[in-house]
Formats: sequence, structure tokens, C-alpha cells
Amino acid sequence: MSTLARQFKRSLVITEKNIKIYYLKGPVIIFGLVFPLFLALAYIIGRNIPLKEFLPGLIGMTTFFTATSVGPSIVPWETRSKTLERLLCCPVAMWTIMVGDMLSSFIFGVIISIIPLALTLFLGIQPLNFIMLLLGLIIANLCFAALSVLLSAYPPTDVPATSMMLSSLVKFPLVFISGVFIPVEQLPQWGTAIASISPLTYFTDIVRQLFLNKGFYPLTLDFLAVAAFTIAFAFAAIKLHEKYLTKRLS
Amino acid sequence: MEYAIVVQELTKRYEDVTAVDHISFEVKEGEIFGFLGPNGAGKTTTIRILTGLIKPDEGRAFVAGYDVLKNPIEAKQCVGIVPEVSNAYVDLTAWENLILIGKLYGVPSQRLKENAANLLKEFRLYEVKDKLVRTFSKGMKQRLLLCMALVNDPKVLFLDEPTSGLDVESARLLREKIVQYNKDGKTVFLSTHNMEEANQLCHRIAIINHGRIAAIDTPESLRAQSMELQYIEVAFNKIVNTLEFSENPSITKAVLAGNKVRIYTAEPSIVIEFLVEYAKRNNLRILSLNTMMPSLEDVFLKLIRGKEVVTQ
Repeated sequence: MSTLARQFKRSLVITEKNIKIYYLKGPVIIFGLVFPLFLALAYIIGRNIPLKEFLPGLIGMTTFFTATSVGPSIVPWETRSKTLERLLCCPVAMWTIMVGDMLSSFIFGVIISIIPLALTLFLGIQPLNFIMLLLGLIIANLCFAALSVLLSAYPPTDVPATSMMLSSLVKFPLVFISGVFIPVEQLPQWGTAIASISPLTYFTDIVRQLFLNKGFYPLTLDFLAVAAFTIAFAFAAIKLHEKYLTKRLS
Repeated sequence: MEYAIVVQELTKRYEDVTAVDHISFEVKEGEIFGFLGPNGAGKTTTIRILTGLIKPDEGRAFVAGYDVLKNPIEAKQCVGIVPEVSNAYVDLTAWENLILIGKLYGVPSQRLKENAANLLKEFRLYEVKDKLVRTFSKGMKQRLLLCMALVNDPKVLFLDEPTSGLDVESARLLREKIVQYNKDGKTVFLSTHNMEEANQLCHRIAIINHGRIAAIDTPESLRAQSMELQYIEVAFNKIVNTLEFSENPSITKAVLAGNKVRIYTAEPSIVIEFLVEYAKRNNLRILSLNTMMPSLEDVFLKLIRGKEVVTQ
């Protein structure tokens, strides 16, 4: 087995550990199940929007918030309990641990984001291309999972609350600039420019195209953009965590 | 003789503080090597560099033949680590912790299960293997950490204050296991504050202070190098004036210690003759007389303070 494959296998071990410790908890699961419902209510109450119109935004928000919900707190938490040091003493690279953390956020995100998708299908609303939608969901969850690990990289704190608060400062503005509430084509030019720097914009655009057959960017560009953000976030997360490791452990 | 650990001019700075300052030493295969020093001397930083947790600013280190900077994964694959602070996952059971660590070392599944079961039995934790670690006492957690460090059958075992704060029984069990592990030809790198522990367990000891190695030798040789710290403890049937002893050129210092006089000297035989003569001359009886070698603690304090230490 090559070194890369061996390390990836160890990433899966870390993923399994994360799921057991951080995700398979009553409050986390309840949050995951109830969260899309509350998002839907917040989205439609007081607004006269057809079901089909609000689904892309709902799926986008659910995917984004669930895939980034726990990830930012794992590294600070493990720093505080000294278990990060335990992991790093094992023959694993920093990227192995980060990939493990990303995969656990990814799996949680995929499972929870299937709920609004299932609801959509249950209500008889069919996407134009189900496989493309599933692919979009997978790549978006990967992207947001990578972002969640990146959000814990700086500052190198051992206080999970600090990391969660700072990640909220990034996450909430992203929702407002990503065409979730107002489609990108309806935004002014400066709004469109700002929206283009958010990965959520492209995922929402994918879902809108596949449900409503109207989008702002070409579908291929949407996929490429989400993939590019994923690589950039993952790379930045690994490099930043490596850079601040000594400070984090001191 | 092969070396399990080689350290060459290792240096680590934290902003304007030099935690480890150009230290060099070797640890032979199959040796129990003690690493002693006061708080903040650079012990933990050295261990963190050797176990691949942090990178040095200068110098090189090899563990089990692997350069910890160039081949950190290969180096870590050969070691087991017992940290000072418990860092098992408290939300996992003892069994799950062992399996997790074993998998991270790539131990094959069947062998891992056998190793885990044997270690838990050996360390008297098998009955509680399915309990969450958060319910464990400090002694149990420390025994589990040693199990976790041994689950991959490492060539080199790093222990950072392994018996600190432990009850007598757990500390003794841990020491027994360290010796047993070493008898199988494995190398142990032991950082400790406990002089008696270092004296009992270690083949050689390095004393580190202010990031620099102050001495490296066997416990006996370290004591022999500080013969001026040996003393004679004598009790007379009457209280004597210790100032009378200071006139003797062979006596470095004489102090009262309870009803005894403690006389520091590099020439105990001359001083014993002097004391017998002194007793006859002053019509005193010698109730007890013992020649005491300097303790490792005396040597340690002398080295880190850079001067003779006299215990009152």
C-alpha cells in the first residue's frame, strides 16, 4: 500500500472517531434534523413564495449550515483536551487529520441535506437531472466541510466557543451575499460581483438550474467554481493548521 | 552499538526565549535513559521535537534511525508515547481508545485486538474495557496511556512524567512494566522529576537546565562526580559545637541535623579518625556514625544551581 493510501486509510479512522465523538450525539442529531425545518419556516413565513421557488435556497442553506456546523469546533476542542497532541504523536500527517475532519463534516452534511431533498421528491417536485443534483450536493458538502476546517485554523485557539463565534461571523454574511434569498440575476452589478466570491452562490445556482431551469452561471462553471473553492479551502486549511501548530500546542 | 535516539545541536526558540539550546546526546538501543530537569528546563520541548510534534529551529534528531524532520511519519511509526497529561479520549471506552490508536499505527486488525486485550489484562483494565474513560481514576487513565503507547509494540518508548501524581500501587505497576518492556530490548526515554525513580530505573541520566545539558552519565558516576557532597552523619551522647569541626581542613562543612552532626567531606576516612579522636579527647561517646553517598537529588540540585547544596 502506498504512503498516500495508508495515510488516507488513517484519515478514515479519524473520521470514524469524529462521528462517534462529535456527531453521534443527541443534540447534534436533533439540531441536524430540526434545523432545515426552522430554516424553511424562517424562509417562507410572511413571504408568498411558491414551494418550488424556495427549495433551492432551503437546500443551499441546509447544506451550508450543517456541513459547517461542528467542523470549526473540533480542532480547538481537541487542542484543549490534548487529544490533538495524541493524534499528532501517531504516524499521521497534519493533512491526514484535516482530511479526517473534513470527511466527518462531509458525511454529516450529506446525510442532513438529504432531508430537504427527500422532502422535495416527496412533494412531487422533480429535478431536471437527479444525478447532477446529487453530484452538486456531494461536491458542495465537500467544499463546505473544507471551509469548516479552515475556519478553525486561525486564531489557533483552544476555546471552541471562540472558533464557533468567528465562524458565524463568516458564515452568516456569506448566506446573504450568495443568492439564497434574492437570486443573483436580480442583484445589482456590485451585488453580483460580491456573490461571485462565495462558494454558496454557485451551489445555489446549481440547485436553481436543476429545479427551476434558470440560473446565472453556466452549470459547468458552477461545478468548476465549487471544485476550485474546495481545493483552495482544503489547501489553505492544511497549510494554516501546519503553520500555527506550534503556537496552538504551546 | 546502535543508537535508538541521536540528538545533534538541537535548538528551539519561542520568540525571545531559547527553550532548547544546542543540545546533543545519544541514547543506546535497549537503554533506559532518564531526562531530568526543573520545570521550564526544556524537557517537554525536547520530547515534543523527538516525537515529531514540533520542529526545531536548528539541529537534527534521529529516532530509530529516522530523521524526525525528513521522515517524521517513519520515525513516529517506531515510537510509543506516554504524555505528562492524560490525553485519551474521555468519550470513548478504554477498548475504543486502544483500537483507535492501533489503527492509526496501521496495526493489522487481528493482531490489534490481541494486543489490546493482552495489554488491558496486563494493566488490570480488562474488566473496565467497555467503560468510558471519563469514569476512570488518574491511575487507571495513566495505565491506559501506557497501554495506548505499547499497542503498536514500539521500539522506543517516550514517557513524560509517567508516575507524577499517581498512587503508590499504580506508580509501582508502571515502573515494573517499564522495566519489563526494557528487558525485551526496547529503549525507554524517561522524563521525570522523581530522583528515586530515575535512580532505580535509568541506565544513564541527562540533566537539562535552561535548555542546556548540564551532565550525562550513569546515576553512580554522577554521584561519584560530586563526592564533595558525601557526608558523615554522627551522633554523640552530648550536643557538640559544630564550629570545632570547621578547623579540620578535610571538613567542608558541618551542620546540625536534629541530634546528629552532618559533616561534608571528600575524605571520609580521615574525618572518621578525627571524629574518634575528638570523642576520646572530649570524653564523648559515639552513638551512631554513617557515611552517606550524595543522593541523586543532591547532584541534581548542585548541577542546576551551579553550587554545592547542603541539606539542613
